[in-house]
Amino acid sequence: MIKIKKLHKSYPMGNDSLHVLKGLDLHIKEGEFVSIMGSSGSGKSTLLNIVGLLDTHDEGEYYLNGQLIENLNEKKAAVLRNKFLGFVFQSFNLITYKTALENVALPLYYKGISRKERQEIAMEYLNKVELGDWANHLPSELSGGQKQRVAIARALVTQPKVILADEPTGALDSSTSHAVMELLKEINREGMTVFVITHEEEIAEETDRIVRLKDGVIISDEKTNKSVKA
Amino acid sequence: MFDLNRWQEIFQTIGKNKLRTALSGFTIAFAILLFTLLFGIGNGLKNTFKKEFAKDSMLSIYIWTGRTTKPYKGLQSGRQIQFKNDDYKFLVDKFEDKMQTVSPRIQRNVLAIYKGEQNNYTLRAVYPQYLTLENAVMESGRFLNMLDLQKRSKVIVVGRLVEKDLFGQLSALGKEINLGGISFKVIGTFSDPGGDNDERFIYAPFTTIQRLYGNTDELNSFGLTYNPKLSVDQAIAFGNQISKAFKEKHSVDPRDQGAIRVANYAEGNKNVSVMMFVLNMIILFIGIGTLIAGVIGISNIMVYIVKERTKELGIRKALGATPKSIIGMIMLESIFVTTLAGYIGLLIGTTILKLLGSSLEKYFIINPSVETYVVVGATIVLIIAGTIAGYLPAKRAARIKPIEALNDE
Repeated sequence: MIKIKKLHKSYPMGNDSLHVLKGLDLHIKEGEFVSIMGSSGSGKSTLLNIVGLLDTHDEGEYYLNGQLIENLNEKKAAVLRNKFLGFVFQSFNLITYKTALENVALPLYYKGISRKERQEIAMEYLNKVELGDWANHLPSELSGGQKQRVAIARALVTQPKVILADEPTGALDSSTSHAVMELLKEINREGMTVFVITHEEEIAEETDRIVRLKDGVIISDEKTNKSVKA
Repeated sequence: MFDLNRWQEIFQTIGKNKLRTALSGFTIAFAILLFTLLFGIGNGLKNTFKKEFAKDSMLSIYIWTGRTTKPYKGLQSGRQIQFKNDDYKFLVDKFEDKMQTVSPRIQRNVLAIYKGEQNNYTLRAVYPQYLTLENAVMESGRFLNMLDLQKRSKVIVVGRLVEKDLFGQLSALGKEINLGGISFKVIGTFSDPGGDNDERFIYAPFTTIQRLYGNTDELNSFGLTYNPKLSVDQAIAFGNQISKAFKEKHSVDPRDQGAIRVANYAEGNKNVSVMMFVLNMIILFIGIGTLIAGVIGISNIMVYIVKERTKELGIRKALGATPKSIIGMIMLESIFVTTLAGYIGLLIGTTILKLLGSSLEKYFIINPSVETYVVVGATIVLIIAGTIAGYLPAKRAARIKPIEALNDE
C-alpha cells in the first residue's frame, strides 16, 4: 500500500539546510496497523506529511497504492488525498463554524457528491463513531475525545485506502486516548490500513507494528507481541 | 458557473461568518453610499450653476445701436444709427443658416391701466419666436403668432407679475388693458426664469406697435439665437461678423465701438463652460477619491479574511480541495458580498438624495441626484477591486502547502 525507498527530505534553514529524513526504506502492506515512534525532531511528522501528500520529498521513491508519486501538482495531490487518504490530526482540525455532520460531509463535497447524499453518508459514519446524537453540534460544543471521533469519521467518510493519524491522542487524556485507539483498532480490523504517528510508548504498543525513528533514520522495525496474540 | 452545491457551500460560509461578511459588506456599502452622496451633491451644485446661467437662452445674441464715436467716409462722429425693417431683412438674408431664431424688437415704457390699477411697464414689440430667446414659459393662453402680426391685432402677452400687479388674484386672460391710451386684449401670461424684472414685460406684435406708435419702419434692436451646431468659438466669430456687416451697411468705422453694439452670450458661455469643466473635475476627483478609499478598504479586508481562513483552507486542502476550488470559493463569496452590499449602498444613497430633494436649495444645491450608470459603474469598479484584492491572497493561500496552513494557529 505504501512503499518508500531511500527517501530524503531536507528543509532550508537560513543558509544551511536541515536534513530531516536520511534515506528511509519502509513498506506498509494493505490492512496493517503501523505506528511510527520517535521523539520530536526525529522526522516522524515529516514522514507523515510526505506520505500524506501534504509535502513533497527531495529524493527517493514513494509508491502510494502502487502509483509512483512524483511531480505532483497541487490539483493531482488534492485528488489523490481525497481518494486514498484520510487524515486525523492531533489538533483535530475541524472547521469551527461547521457542525459535526458538516465537517464529516466536507470531504464528500470535494468528491462532488450531492448535498443530500453527503449528509446521509456523513450521518452513517457519525453513527459509526457513536456521535449520531451530536450531529448538529459545533466542534466547540464537543469534548476532545468527541472531536477526535468526528475527525476520524471525517477521515473515513471517503472510504480511503489509508488512515494517517498524526499524534491522534496527543491532546487527549489517557482514558479518552484509549477509546480513540480502540476505535482505530476496530477500523483496522475492518481491513483499513492505519498509520499512526506518536511519541507515546503506550499508544505505539496498541498497534501491530512499531517503526522507530531517530534522527531521520529507522532504528528498528518490529511486530508487537499484542498483534501476535490477536 | 452555476453549481448548486458550490453556492450552498458559499451561502453557508457567508451565513456562519457574519462578522466577516458584515465587515466587507459594510466597507463596500459605505463607499458606494459616500460616492452616491458626494456625487449627488456635486451634481446638485452643477444644477444650481446651470440654472443661474440659463435665465435667457444660452445661445442668444442681441444687437442694438448707438451714436458713432469716429468720423468715417466723410460722415461726422456723434451720428445716431437707426435700425429699420430692411436691416431685419438684411440680417435674415445674410446669416439665415447661422441662426436658429431671430426677431426685431421695439422697446418702450408704457403706462398700463386696468380699472383702478395702473403701473409703468416695459412694452416689447416682437415676433412670435422671441419667446425662445427669453426662455419664457407660457402660464396661460398663448404667445403671439404670425396671424397677430399680419392683422396687426391689438393683443398682448403679459408677465406673471404684471397680472399680479393689475389683477391681483384674478386672471388677466381675455381682459382689456389700456396701454398709453390704446386698449389691448391679454391673450396670454408667462413666467420667466430671468426673475422679477423679466416677469414685468409686456409683449405685443411687432407690426402693431410699429404702426400705432410713430408709424415708421424704425426698430430698436434684434435678438437672435445662433445655430446650436456652432461651437462657442464659431458663435463668437459669428457675433463679430454681424457687427462688421452692420457697420459696413451703415457706413460706420470698423473700429467704432459705439454705433453698432453686440451682446453675445457665447462669450459668457465660454466662461461658464470653463467653470462647469472645473466643477466637473472636482466632482470627478471626489468620486475617484471615494472609490480609491473603498478599493483600499475592501482590499485590506480581503487580505485579512484570507489570512484568517488560512487554517480552514489548509484543512480543506487536506480533505481534497483543489487550488482552483479554493480560489473559486473565496472569489465567489467576495463577489457575492460586494455586489449585494454595493446594491444596498446604492439604494440607501439614492434614497437619501431623494429625501434631501429640494431641502438644500438654500445651500446652492438643486435636485441632487446621480445617474444610475455612474453608480452602477462605481459598484462594478469596487466588485472588480474586491475580486482582485481577494484573488491575490486567495491564490497565495491556495499555493501554501496544506501542512504550513495547518500549522498556522
